[in-house]
Parts: sequence; structure tokens; C-alpha cells
Amino acid sequence: MANMSPNKVAMPEQDPNVRNKNFKEVALGYTKEMAMEEATRCLNCKNKPCVNGCPVNVPIPEFIEKVAAGDFEGAYEVITSENALPAICGRVCPQENQCEGKCVRGIKGEPVGIGRMERFVADYHMANAEPAEVSIEKNGKKVAVVGCGPAGITCAGELIKKGYEVTVFEALHKPGGVLSYGIPEFRLPKDLVAKEIESVENLGVKIETNVIVGRSVTIDELMEDGYEAVFVGSGAGLPRFLNIPGENYLGVYSANEFLTRVNLMKGYEFPEYPTPVKIGKKVAVVGAGNVAMDAARTAKRLGADEVYIVYRRSEEEAPARLEELHHAKEEGIIFKFLNNPVAIKANEDGWVEKMEIVKQELGEPDASGRRSPVPIEGSNYDIDVDTVVIAIGQSPNPLIRHTTPGLDVQKWGGIIVDEETMESSKDGVYAGGDTVTGAATVILAMGAGKKAAAAIDKKLRG
Amino acid sequence: MEIHAPFVARKCEPGQFIIIRVDEKGERVPLTIADYDREKETVTIIYQVVGYSTELLSKKKEGDYVADFVGPLGQPSILHKRERVLGVAGGVGAAPLYPQLRKLAEMGVPVDVIIGGKSAEFVILKEKFEEFCENVFIATDDGSLGTKGFVTNVLEDQIAKGVKYDEVIAIGPLIMMKNVVKITKQHDIPTMVSLNPIMIDGTGMCGGCRVTVGGETKFACVDGPDFDGFQVDFDECMKRQTMFREEEHECKIGRGK
Ligand SMILES: Cc1cc2nc3c(=O)[nH]c(=O)nc-3n(C[C@H](O)[C@H](O)[C@H](O)COP(=O)(O)OP(=O)(O)OC[C@H]3O[C@@H](n4cnc5c(N)ncnc54)[C@H](O)[C@@H]3O)c2cc1C
Ligand SMILES: Cc1cc2nc3c(=O)[nH]c(=O)nc-3n(C[C@H](O)[C@H](O)[C@H](O)COP(=O)(O)OP(=O)(O)OC[C@H]3O[C@@H](n4cnc5c(N)ncnc54)[C@H](O)[C@@H]3O)c2cc1C
Ligand code: SF4
Ligand code: SF4
Ligand code: FES
Ligand SMILES: [Mg+2]
Repeated sequence: MANMSPNKVAMPEQDPNVRNKNFKEVALGYTKEMAMEEATRCLNCKNKPCVNGCPVNVPIPEFIEKVAAGDFEGAYEVITSENALPAICGRVCPQENQCEGKCVRGIKGEPVGIGRMERFVADYHMANAEPAEVSIEKNGKKVAVVGCGPAGITCAGELIKKGYEVTVFEALHKPGGVLSYGIPEFRLPKDLVAKEIESVENLGVKIETNVIVGRSVTIDELMEDGYEAVFVGSGAGLPRFLNIPGENYLGVYSANEFLTRVNLMKGYEFPEYPTPVKIGKKVAVVGAGNVAMDAARTAKRLGADEVYIVYRRSEEEAPARLEELHHAKEEGIIFKFLNNPVAIKANEDGWVEKMEIVKQELGEPDASGRRSPVPIEGSNYDIDVDTVVIAIGQSPNPLIRHTTPGLDVQKWGGIIVDEETMESSKDGVYAGGDTVTGAATVILAMGAGKKAAAAIDKKLRG
Repeated sequence: MEIHAPFVARKCEPGQFIIIRVDEKGERVPLTIADYDREKETVTIIYQVVGYSTELLSKKKEGDYVADFVGPLGQPSILHKRERVLGVAGGVGAAPLYPQLRKLAEMGVPVDVIIGGKSAEFVILKEKFEEFCENVFIATDDGSLGTKGFVTNVLEDQIAKGVKYDEVIAIGPLIMMKNVVKITKQHDIPTMVSLNPIMIDGTGMCGGCRVTVGGETKFACVDGPDFDGFQVDFDECMKRQTMFREEEHECKIGRGK
């Protein structure tokens, strides 16, 4: 008989008032016992609705069954048959919209803690398993991957297992993409990301950092160099701004700049790491996605007294993972929903001093069915701030499309691909992840990388 | 300083830059490509020691390695076949100006240059410019070499003498470029400047290098670093360069030497 508790086994976490001053991981992870107990909540449904909710179709009830039996390595094998980065997905997938969103236990009470168990299994494996000796028979064909984010890493990992010689070219000095420069340490420890990348390198994938495709070398040149296919996983790294007055004042960052200074350049250990990051006492973060939550919680940890989330829609529309919203609230972030910034004001030296905001109300539903916010006339007011972080989204960097003739793109810059094969309009060039979809999720990027690898293999085998 | 960097040396053009990280904890420091040798696969950088990272770099000896070196970044300069071009350099601005003027000279354009510096020791690349410039003027603040005064004094003199330039390329401190543009605007001489805002990635990802040009926000690392000087909001650039002054100072005191 299944465990009918309506609630998930609670996740041990650092106390909110302790953790909002450090960069250590917030959620501490299940113990063996907790994982095994949570596993007993699964009903092992025949039609497996949870699996349909997972973009890469992890065989969820099968792995949970192994967890319940205490066979964690067995569970790891089941998960990794479909998902190469379970330690990461278990932490950052928006489970409430995916696997757990479809779980029947969620109808009455909380769904099964699939993400938490996935994380446990991956962490257990990393802590205990010996790296397996692998011998892969090479097929003599070379494939290039552009960008070392989740899409690129997954594609490379799949292709190396199929016998290809794979080189990943990464613009930054460190691999990982958003996992390294965007998502903070307290949510996704960087040594964990490094280990996941190492395991792909151990399979034989070569990662060339400091190579900007489009500048250091073009896609056409890679193809002339003997790469028979190129997968582009260059992400959506171009920050959007609001286009309101005052956005270039001192103290205004894009979320990318702010988070890069802190995560990639380790600004939180300044001056031991010499890249500075400046944070004031009152910080306003514009937006309500994961990026905004990360920026707000980072600002708090760097010592800001008051941190606001300013968002023009209501809480219901906030795109962040539920857990992040919840954690942000616990840590003392102040939410200003239905508030839209209209101007940023500065003092004589050009430093941010105030943000002018207009209140919003929900109007008629728009084409997407969401009730769209409309400004309330005359409701403008100022808040005192000395730092502003704009976190309203990113679009693909134009570098690759500008230097790759024959590559068709959407009006907004995304690379156009065949949805089945991920092949672009240019023969032999594939793409996936945020560069195709616009800013999305880690698991979707991985799914795209995997699909492309399968299609590349099919094509090159002829 | 000459650095072996095949990916960069194979493709770089005048006007482009690199980003260097001296050690594993290092900042990403942008520096212009002053020269390159495609055969030896090397690029030359010339820099001024102004703070922690440049000081760290200056301690490297021949044969040493740096942690990271990436490029070429930015747009190559657009060089027009003009009647006569004047280069104006302030301090290490001479380094990025050098490959641009040399390329113009190779294209058959007569070029003059004004090199400025605080004093004689800050005037760099004089002999190198003399190889292809018709006139090399020097201006130093203390008069230790060439004219005593600013590069803008020499510029005004040249214009007053009736020398006709149909383009000026000015590279140096923002205040110098701003003042050069003030003069060239009066005389309607098209002027290109090279901006050096604070950068991190240099690939268009962070937006930290944004500048206002012609009323629009541009990212200097991908849209520039060269821009039409008449369109640049220099005052905003100057303010933005000071964003981390206190921290830079702290870093130098706390970590220097
Ligand atoms: C702060 C933040 C928090 C997030 N939180 C979550 C979350 O909780 N859950 C979730 O599922 N998703 C989250 N996301 C979104 C998720 O991280 C992305 O959807 C995912 O990383 C996309 O993967 P990708 O491989 O397509 O691109 P990226 O991760 O962006 O990687 C692209 C890589 O390509 C490199 N590159 C770009 N151009 C070039 C070039 N020309 N040459 C060489 N290399 C190049 C980049 O430097 C980068 O390393 C978050 C994003 C951010 C920014
Ligand atoms: C496109 C470009 C090309 C450049 N070319 C040259 C060159 O050829 N030779 C040269 O000597 N200098 C050049 N610079 C300037 C050089 O990058 C800075 O002097 C250097 O980063 C200072 O680092 P620091 O730690 O030694 O000094 P710090 O004490 O940290 O800073 C001193 C000053 O340098 C500037 N600065 C600091 N960090 C950065 C950064 N990450 N990016 C840009 N500027 C910064 C700021 O104005 C700061 O106030 C260039 C800058 C850019 C953007
Ligand atoms: S990969 Fe993500 S969506 Fe799929 S089962 Fe794991 S946590 Fe759920
Ligand atoms: S839907 Fe929920 S209960 Fe059913 S198999 Fe999936 S995880 Fe288990
Ligand atoms: S340096 Fe980051 S966008 Fe230009
Ligand atoms: Mg510095």
C-alpha cells in the first residue's frame, strides 16, 4: 500500500535568515531514508502521466521503484538513459509545470517529489560511484559544437558515445553556459556543474574555451576544416532593456552583467577575485522570472538592506519556478506586483537615486488568454533605490547569424530549424536550445541537443 | 608585449581587440590589437599599467603563459580611401591607432599623426609612425617633447594653417576625444573615435559596455569599439567609466604587489 501522505517529505534547507547572507546551497538534499520514504508515495501509474510531462521522458516510476528498494545506482542508470545531467535538472527544472505538474498525486495534495529524488540519486552517484572505464569505437568523423551550455554539452555527450570525434567551442573562459555564469552558486553549486562537464570530457569530448565562433573562426571555416556537421547551441545571451529614460545611469545593470560579475568572475569574493561588483543598500530588480529571482537573492546576499522585485503583471503570471518565488519571499525580498517602471532617475554624479513606477491593473484577456496589465493613470510614484537590475529577458546574440551565410533566422533572431531533426536551412548545420526557442529551460535545451545528435548520426551514417 | 595566439592572429584586423585573463582568478581585461603577425601567429598588445590587472600583466616575463586570451573581438575599423587623414592619439591610444593609420598608408592615403602624452616618456610608437606618416606632431603637457600643450592645440594649428583633412581618427582618453570632436565638428571633418567602456565578456552578453550613439544604446564590444565621434554621448561614457572607481582602488591597495 502506497504512502498516502498528502505532502512531500520535507526538504532540509538552510534557515532563510542565515542563507540570505551566504552563497551556500539553499536546499540541502534528501538523505537516503528521506528519498526512500518519498519514493513510497508513487502509485506506479500504468499510463505514467508524469513521464509525458518530462520533456526528455525520464522513465519516472521505474527509477522511483529502484529508489524505494534502495537501489540508487540502478535508479541512476534508469534516469541517465534519458537525461545526462540529472543533478542539474533535479535542481533547476520547473517541475511544477513538467513532471510533477502531471503527477496524479498532485490532484489531492502535493505531487511526488520527482525532482528531489532525481537530485538525490545523482548526488549519491557522484559521491559514491567510481568513474567507469569506457571504450568507444571511433568512427573517424568529426563534429563541431558551438557553445558549451546544456544544449551543446548534451549534444556532444551523445555524439561521443556514438563514436564521433567532438570538439566544443566556447566563447567564455569557462564551460557551462548559463549554468556557470547565470544561475547562482546557492541554487546550483559550480563544482557540481564542473563535475558534470568533466564526465563528458572523460568520454573524450574536447572543449576549446576562448573561441568565439563568428570571430575567431566561422562555421564555414569549421566545415572546411573537416567537421562534417556543426551543432549551434549558443544560447540567448543578449540582454534586453526596458528602453525607458535613465537606463544607462551608474548603478543600472542587466541581470547578465550583475550575475556574471558574481558567478563567473566570483565578485562575491572580491578582492580575492579582482572583478568588482557594486551593490547598494536599496536594489530594485525588474522582472519576475528565474533570472530576476536569482538577481534579487544575490543582491540580498551581497548585503543590500532592501531588495524589490518590480513586475508589471500579477504574481500568477510570474514565470519563475514556484520554489524560487517561495524562497525569495522567505529570504525577505519585497514583491511589487502590478508595478511597472517608467523611468530611472539619477543624482548629479549620474548615480541611480530613484525609480519611477506606475501601478497597473489587470485588464481584458489578451490573445494569449492572460489578462494584460494596464497602467492606472495618475498612480505614478517614486521609490528610493541605488541599484537597478534589469531582468526582463534575453534574445540570441547576432554574431553567428551575421557571419553564417545561408542560415535562416526568425525576425527576433532565433535560428530556424526543422523540429524533427533540428537541422537549419544550412546543410549540415544544426541548432538547438535557447538560440532556437529564445530563453527557455535547461531541460528543453538538453532535449534539443539530444535530438540533434540523433539526427546528425543518422545523416552522417548515410 | 607579443603573445602567441593562433586563433586571433589568423583573423584579426585593425580596430579589433582581445580579452586577456592574466591568472586563474583574473579579471577579463580588454586590450586593443596593436599589431599582428599572421605567419608567427602572434599578436602585439601595448598597455599602460593603471591598476591591479595591468600591473599583474606587467610582471609576466618572456616565455610565460597567461590564463586566457580570446579574440579578435569587435568590428574591424572601416577605413575609407580619403584625400588626407589625420590620426590623433593620446597616451596608449597610439597603440590602436597605429595599425589603422598603417593600413590607410598601405591603401595610398596620405596620413599625418599627432601623438600626445603627459610627458616625453608617455609618447609611444613615434618611430613606428614616422615610417609611413608624412608628418608626425608631438604634444606633451609639460613640453618635454614637441609642442607644450594638448593634441587639440596642434589640431587647431593645423586647421588654422589651412591643411585640409577629410577624416580624423582620434583614439585616447575620453576627454581628449570629446575635445577633438568639438573642434572637428566646427570644421565639419568626419571623425571616428574608439570607445573603451568597462567590459566583461566582450561578446554582447552582459550589456555592461553600453554607450549612447546617435541617441541609441549600442554595445561597444560588438557594435564598436569605433564610432562616429559626432554621435557619441561622451559625458555619459565618462561617467560610466567611473562606476567601480572605489573598488578598483581597494583592489589595488588590497591585492597589489
Ligand atoms: C539567471 C538564470 C537563471 C535560470 N534559471 C533556470 C532554472 O531555474 N531552470 C531552468 O530550467 N532554466 C533556467 N534558466 C534558463 C536556462 O539556463 C537556459 O534555458 C539554458 O541554459 C539554455 O541552454 P543553451 O545550451 O541553449 O544556452 P546557454 O546556457 O546560454 O549556453 C550557450 C553557450 O554558448 C556560448 N556562446 C554563445 N555564442 C557563442 C559563439 N559565437 N561562439 C562560441 N560560444 C558561444 C555562451 O558563452 C554559452 O556558454 C535560467 C537562466 C538564467 C540566465
Ligand atoms: C576595447 C578596449 C580596448 C582597450 N585597449 C587598451 C590598450 O590597447 N591599452 C591599454 O593600456 N588599455 C586599453 N584599454 C583599457 C584597459 O582595458 C584598462 O586600462 C584595464 O582594464 C585596467 O585594468 P586594471 O585592473 O589594471 O585597472 P583598474 O584599476 O581596475 O581600472 C582602471 C581604469 O581602467 C578602466 N577599466 C577597469 N576595468 C576595465 C574593464 N574590464 N574594461 C575596460 N576598462 C576597464 C576603468 O576606467 C578604470 O577606472 C582598452 C579598453 C577597451 C574597452
Ligand atoms: S528531467 Fe526535469 S522534468 Fe524530467 S523528470 Fe527530471 S526533473 Fe522532471
Ligand atoms: S504520476 Fe506520480 S504517482 Fe503516478 S507514476 Fe508518476 S510520479 Fe508516480
Ligand atoms: S562587454 Fe559585455 S556586452 Fe560588451
Ligand atoms: Mg581592475
